[in-house]
Amino acid sequence: MEDATDRIARPWGARAPYGRHGTWPARVDTFLADGVEPGAVQRWVQSASILHSDGDAMDIAVADGRMVGVRGREVDRVNRGRLGPKDLFGWQANASRDRLTRPLVRRDGRLTETDWDTALDLVAARSRELLDARGPGSIGFYTSGQLFLEEYYTLAVLARAGIGTNHLDGNTRLCTATAAEALKETFGCDGQPGSYDDFDHADVVALFGHNIAETQPVQWMRLLDRLAGADPPRLLCVDPRPTRVAEHAAVHLAPRGGTNVALLNALLRETIRHEWIDRDFIAAHTVGFDELAARVADCTPEWAAEICDVPAARIEEAAELVGTTDALVSTVLQGVYQSHQATAAAVQVNNLHLIRGMLGRPGAGLLQMNGQPTAQNTRECGADGDLPGFRNWQNDAHVADLARVWNVEPETIPHFAPPTHAMQIFRYAEQGSLRMLWISGTNPAVSMPELPRIRSILGQDRLFTVVQDLFLTETAQLADVVLPAATWGEKTGTLTNADRTVHLSCKAVEPPGEARPDLDIFLDYARRMDFRDKDGGPLVTWDDPESAFEAWKRCSAGRPCDYTGLSYARLRDAGGIQWPCDDRAPEGTARLYTEGIAWAHPDRCESYGKDLETGASQEVVEYRSLNPEGRAMLKAAAYLPPHEEPDEEYPFQLTTGRTLYHFHTRTKTGRAPQLDDAAPDVWVEVSAGDVQRLGLGEGDLVEVTSRRGSLRGRLRVSGIRSGLLFVPFHYGYWDTGGGSGPGPDTPGRAANESTVTDWDPVSKQPLFKTATAALTLVERGDGRPSPAPTTTASAPVDAGAVPPTSGGPAARTTRREPTGSPHQPEEGAR
Amino acid sequence: MNGITLTLRTLHRGERRLAHDLVTVAERHRTEHEVHHVATDLSRWSREHVRLLAETAAEHGVRLGEAPDHSSDGVFATLREKASEAVAHRPEPGLLLLRDLRELHVAAAENSLHWEMLAQAAQASRDSGLLTLASSCHPRTLRQMRWTNTMIKNLSPQILTSL
Repeated sequence: MEDATDRIARPWGARAPYGRHGTWPARVDTFLADGVEPGAVQRWVQSASILHSDGDAMDIAVADGRMVGVRGREVDRVNRGRLGPKDLFGWQANASRDRLTRPLVRRDGRLTETDWDTALDLVAARSRELLDARGPGSIGFYTSGQLFLEEYYTLAVLARAGIGTNHLDGNTRLCTATAAEALKETFGCDGQPGSYDDFDHADVVALFGHNIAETQPVQWMRLLDRLAGADPPRLLCVDPRPTRVAEHAAVHLAPRGGTNVALLNALLRETIRHEWIDRDFIAAHTVGFDELAARVADCTPEWAAEICDVPAARIEEAAELVGTTDALVSTVLQGVYQSHQATAAAVQVNNLHLIRGMLGRPGAGLLQMNGQPTAQNTRECGADGDLPGFRNWQNDAHVADLARVWNVEPETIPHFAPPTHAMQIFRYAEQGSLRMLWISGTNPAVSMPELPRIRSILGQDRLFTVVQDLFLTETAQLADVVLPAATWGEKTGTLTNADRTVHLSCKAVEPPGEARPDLDIFLDYARRMDFRDKDGGPLVTWDDPESAFEAWKRCSAGRPCDYTGLSYARLRDAGGIQWPCDDRAPEGTARLYTEGIAWAHPDRCESYGKDLETGASQEVVEYRSLNPEGRAMLKAAAYLPPHEEPDEEYPFQLTTGRTLYHFHTRTKTGRAPQLDDAAPDVWVEVSAGDVQRLGLGEGDLVEVTSRRGSLRGRLRVSGIRSGLLFVPFHYGYWDTGGGSGPGPDTPGRAANESTVTDWDPVSKQPLFKTATAALTLVERGDGRPSPAPTTTASAPVDAGAVPPTSGGPAARTTRREPTGSPHQPEEGAR
Repeated sequence: MNGITLTLRTLHRGERRLAHDLVTVAERHRTEHEVHHVATDLSRWSREHVRLLAETAAEHGVRLGEAPDHSSDGVFATLREKASEAVAHRPEPGLLLLRDLRELHVAAAENSLHWEMLAQAAQASRDSGLLTLASSCHPRTLRQMRWTNTMIKNLSPQILTSL
């Protein structure tokens, strides 16, 4: 059966209902460029999406050397052929006319085209100068959650062992640092416990600050299909906005910003008080239960209700929902990770699963989510604030093991302090001890908090900034050297999604002009720098994606993220495979911790843990006495009030977030016409009550001002909780004519003009969800509605007042429901 | 005055001072965002300790003052914050930061030892109320010390090798 759907108007497409423990039916979504008939496609090239963390497997259609469309891969268990709107339309950005095609260097204050030799010689020369004059601590790297594994690993080797700097982190700091930290605090080591397949078996799915309908739309299709089938799951939604998830939830809690720990402590307290706990599991696999029980004993629903501004009865209902089910899946995302007490709150979700024994079996799954497509690789390759392979920087044996893999002396790898996190790297650049910053595949001039400060840091003359990207982004405009990079579809590499599924993404077409794969750029730099191992051989011994992957396999051997059973050939044949994949688990591993807690032993753990309220590091001695046998750790945390509270001058709480149709700073999605049209400009969501009180209306131009800065957008009257403003974080300045920031004729447009520089002291993730702000009218609307989509959490309260978001003929995609299913239900699920 | 009231008084003075110093350091290092925010949070613990100590002392017939107001010296606080912002682009305040963190650590260590003494005296005199006080407050003092130690460990390599 074939059918056409406008996938802007109906982002999740048609339903394919299935019952609990059943097999999710396939549905193959296809989009071909206007005028391209299926018969005209010459090649379908295997890949997976890089516009969110779901890892939707897809094939790229190629005709005459050009990308002409995409199609979901039916054989892949992650998406069973489905694609989300960004997957369907985002690829068109590759062919934008404003792609960077030649390197640029700053001459007399202007960025000027040059050749690769000139640009990279300049970068290498400055690197050597700084190494001689100021040492490795003067050089830093800020990378992405959107490159491939092979690229992160190469970068980690050249930065940590070549330059010898501690300053390498990814923009994953902004999206997934708390997921990693929460897993380390509880399980001693990073590694996603659950699997997306747990959605097939769940009885209750609890989503904590996770608007899955917009962040992982294909998994939301899976949940919608289950909701339409037999024995559907019940949902708990914790979100201050009226998301699609909230609409379908059995219980929806919309707490005041920054109060997650209070809410979760009350849920834990109720779970324990009602004895909804698994005492055998607690005794066999955890430490710290008595202290946790004591610390939450006073956290009554009434106490939390007061703090969270949520009725106590709703909290009790939520507790009963998660406390009494026989199969609980919880997912956690930015509503927790980017909010006050981020790690402390995320850890309490882990605690809920541990005390209920909801771990390591189908339908009892814990998913600390990622935001970005390859964030998992940034983490495991050590291109973020960790050592490669989840090795522990405080454990000399782990550092020695890494040094053995790299054939360098252990002292070569800085491990006297934790790898520097991104916010601190920028601080070092601000105070002048860091003099070179190489930014790859990310756009901090829009995505980091408090943009006036970020622009002033990047604009310093004394800071040599290298930016490697597809376009002349807001950040690239401030650079000294701009390197044109190839992207998805123009290069080969692997990427791992939020449930540890590794996919191969193959090159389909040539990059434009002289643009080069990020891997080639890093390899070229390493050659020019002539990095050597301890025997005088080259430090970086590989020269293409596959040999880089093989090198990474050696680094991952015996580690939790073991890739040794994988190869490009296997990934090509089998599609996505979940790590660890080695001799003992040649088919990959659906769930971690099916037979106890594997990586928390003091000799094996990735981290000795931190104080959940101060971020202070623990030492091995404390860890050994707390957790000698390596069990999961139940760590309690007291609620602390947010650092900014609304006052007379700034009476609103301000939160930022994403919309379904865009990704990151819109560098790609803003250049895909269907996605751009669906959400063309910034908006401000205000509750109906606040709008009435202030005499404002739909479409009014309003200004959101905080202590840091301000932005303007058209007002959307939405069902958001009162007292809270929401601004999408995607919008910057590249398409305003304003250059890299606001100017005399360009008012603030980026949400981060107003956000605060504050981060979780444990995970170091910046807090984008707990600033305060004032709201003022700039100019009455002219009758046109706000540009906010109507299909998502930004829907208007008065549905009839605003024309519905639609894509028209340009957004028509086809779907095909195959007759036979090659997949059997998972064994042992019932 | 007996030894217990003497210790209560000393500890009360020490926690008051630490609460004040944490706020001062938070203001002085406004552009070191983690120091600023966490030091402000940690001052709350010391203020809480001051309040609890005053209550316990009252039961022992000793009058001790209240915790310092969070924003007691408003003008100076603003000055400190502005001064910090003015030198945001200079490396030298790094040294001042290390010195301030060291002073905080030493002040917390003094308090910690006094909590130890108080707990010992409470056990020797079988004063369960006093022992409960010491056992609930002392761990937080140790956590204050661990925080200053961590910050010094993490920040000193860059600060001391870049001057």
